[in-house]
Amino acid sequence: MAKSNKPIFWGLFAAGGTITAFVTPALVLITLFAAMRFNMDMFTYDSIHAFAAWWLGKLIIFGVILVSLWHAAHRLRVTVHDFGVRADKQVAIVVYSLAGLGTLLTLIFLLRI
Amino acid sequence: MSELQQRQIQLEVLRYNPETDTAPRYQTYSVPCLEEWVVLDALNYIKDHLDPTLSYRWSCHMAVCGSCGMMVNGEPKLACKAFIHEYKEGQIKVEPMANFPIERDLVTSVEDFITKLASVKPYLIPKEDKPVSAGEFKQTPAELKKFKQYTLCINCMLCYAACPQYALVPEFLGPAAISMAHRYNQDSRDGGRDQRQEVIASDEGVWECSFVGACSEVCPKHVDPAGALQQIKVASTIDWYKEHLMPWMKK
Repeated sequence: MAKSNKPIFWGLFAAGGTITAFVTPALVLITLFAAMRFNMDMFTYDSIHAFAAWWLGKLIIFGVILVSLWHAAHRLRVTVHDFGVRADKQVAIVVYSLAGLGTLLTLIFLLRI
Repeated sequence: MSELQQRQIQLEVLRYNPETDTAPRYQTYSVPCLEEWVVLDALNYIKDHLDPTLSYRWSCHMAVCGSCGMMVNGEPKLACKAFIHEYKEGQIKVEPMANFPIERDLVTSVEDFITKLASVKPYLIPKEDKPVSAGEFKQTPAELKKFKQYTLCINCMLCYAACPQYALVPEFLGPAAISMAHRYNQDSRDGGRDQRQEVIASDEGVWECSFVGACSEVCPKHVDPAGALQQIKVASTIDWYKEHLMPWMKK
């Protein structure tokens, strides 16, 4: 049986997958900063606060925290199940309550800015 | 046994005799099952009390021999490890292992797997010829740990029944054969990797695997064939670059 030449493509695929998973998002962000002519003034307390006080800024921050919280809650629920804890209902109530509380607090804090 | 622990289960069993039947059919048996029974117990009850013509393979009844692999409610399972109490509905569908030709009822033909398993030389090919008088081949616990989990394979073929890639490409060498090759490749006493790679590193060997991972999910002995195949892909890729870019490095 002849040996396969698939290692060429699989090697690239595997290396690319690892890079994409670990560093590509950070590289995209860094490149974006570079394109925006990055300077430290962009990240002062006042400028971030101004962003959070803007209605669209509030919406973006709320959206990011909302989906991250609910993602983490669901991931934790599945992981706990994988670790052998067979009490899905109780676990679901705890993690989703925490996510719900986080969502509520985010809303309150954003509206107070 | 009290009546309370007993439950009437409808066992929907695939029946097929290729010599007389034109197509497989389902036959339902009503079996009084005890809660601690496994599906194999229910099949034995049918064979003993309801229908002696039902054919299926079994031997040890303790997940060691690997004979009683079948589809239980569509999932590849050892019938001796599929507990009745895990099936709350009161109806269980039992079919022969997917992806294999049916010989009779729940009995499938294992020839394809046996040929593939033999092709990877699943035995120790000693690195050095040592006379018995020279003493044993010693191994450290760390060296043993590298391959021990792969020795747990019982050749039950559930991983082949679960593998969608094997279903699409019957030539695929498949999970169990490749992880058994990996077991010997990882053994510090073994020197047969080059011989096995001729088969493993071919298109129909490890490269047909698309890392679905179903093999590792259904494995009743937690061998993790998918993990073995991924390790082999990495090693085979390094081999390929060595062979093509640094041919002088060849042993």
